Amino acid sequence: MRRHGILLLAAVLLLSAMAFARVEVHDFDSPEQEARYNNLIKELRCLVCQNQNIADSNAELAVDLRRKTYEMVRQNKSEQEITEFMVDRYGKFVQYDPPLDTETMLLWIGPFIILLVGVILLIRTIRRRRAETVTAVDTAQLEAAASLLETERDTKKS
Amino acid sequence: MTRAVVPLAIFLALAGLFWYVLGQMNQGEYNPRDVPTQFIGRDAPPFELPDLFEPTQSVRSADMSGKPWLLNVWGTWCPECWKEHEYLIHLAQREGVPIIGINWRDDAGEAKAMLARMGNPFLKVGFDPNSDAVIEWGVYGAPETFLIDAQGVVREKHTGAMSPQVWNSKFKSYFAAGGAS
Repeated sequence: MRRHGILLLAAVLLLSAMAFARVEVHDFDSPEQEARYNNLIKELRCLVCQNQNIADSNAELAVDLRRKTYEMVRQNKSEQEITEFMVDRYGKFVQYDPPLDTETMLLWIGPFIILLVGVILLIRTIRRRRAETVTAVDTAQLEAAASLLETERDTKKS
Repeated sequence: MTRAVVPLAIFLALAGLFWYVLGQMNQGEYNPRDVPTQFIGRDAPPFELPDLFEPTQSVRSADMSGKPWLLNVWGTWCPECWKEHEYLIHLAQREGVPIIGINWRDDAGEAKAMLARMGNPFLKVGFDPNSDAVIEWGVYGAPETFLIDAQGVVREKHTGAMSPQVWNSKFKSYFAAGGAS
């Protein structure tokens, strides 16, 4: 009985997985073309679900952009030409790996600036803490310690 | 004393920033997902689509040269498009603004039914079920509205529902000089 249940569960899971997997079958002239297509759809951002590339997204626009990419690959356009086509229409935002230039400077350098600020703040805090622990002993305590030492020395002498 | 003041100042500055940005988002002035269009100041990309009502005829951007016009990308699946529809009708009928529609990734029957039910602000509607013209224009959502001037150059673009505020601040001036009839 229990085994039947497990089999049933497995069958249901398998079916639902099949229902979600939308496989697009494409024909290519060469393995190189296929690699170019697969690389491009990984590098192009879906503009609807903006944290996905068009390979992962099933948004309708992503489906159409994949088809457009496929058509251009079949026309034997180079990776650079197809990327330029997309950037020309959707801007550098479509590239998951945008080139470093004046417009994207902050994007590339920003994290390092934040890291630098963090390190500076950390060093300042550590230094301040250290200074605080040194001065935490007040003069009254120092005098008490000094007199204690005095008395100890006196007792040793005698 | 300064120990309390500095974090408080940072908190207040952030709260003020969030308040401002959320206010702009609510008014439709700011959209964090907006992708700046590449087309302002560029020649309008040509398109040729089958007419929604007469599939044997075509709707072309070239037909519109010589006067400023609007291109509006819409679909029956897009709630913001229903929201702006009434205002588009107002623009077309009261202000005499020529509007060409691109019906995007839609069912032709449903699209025609919506225009029959809610009124039709468009001179012509191109039917684009496969995003052909939409990709040429760098459109990624609906509604999007472009303004093309008499020389065929794209001058403005708005993502999201058209409203009187957006119209008056960005679009109206192009039609003031004899454009309206």
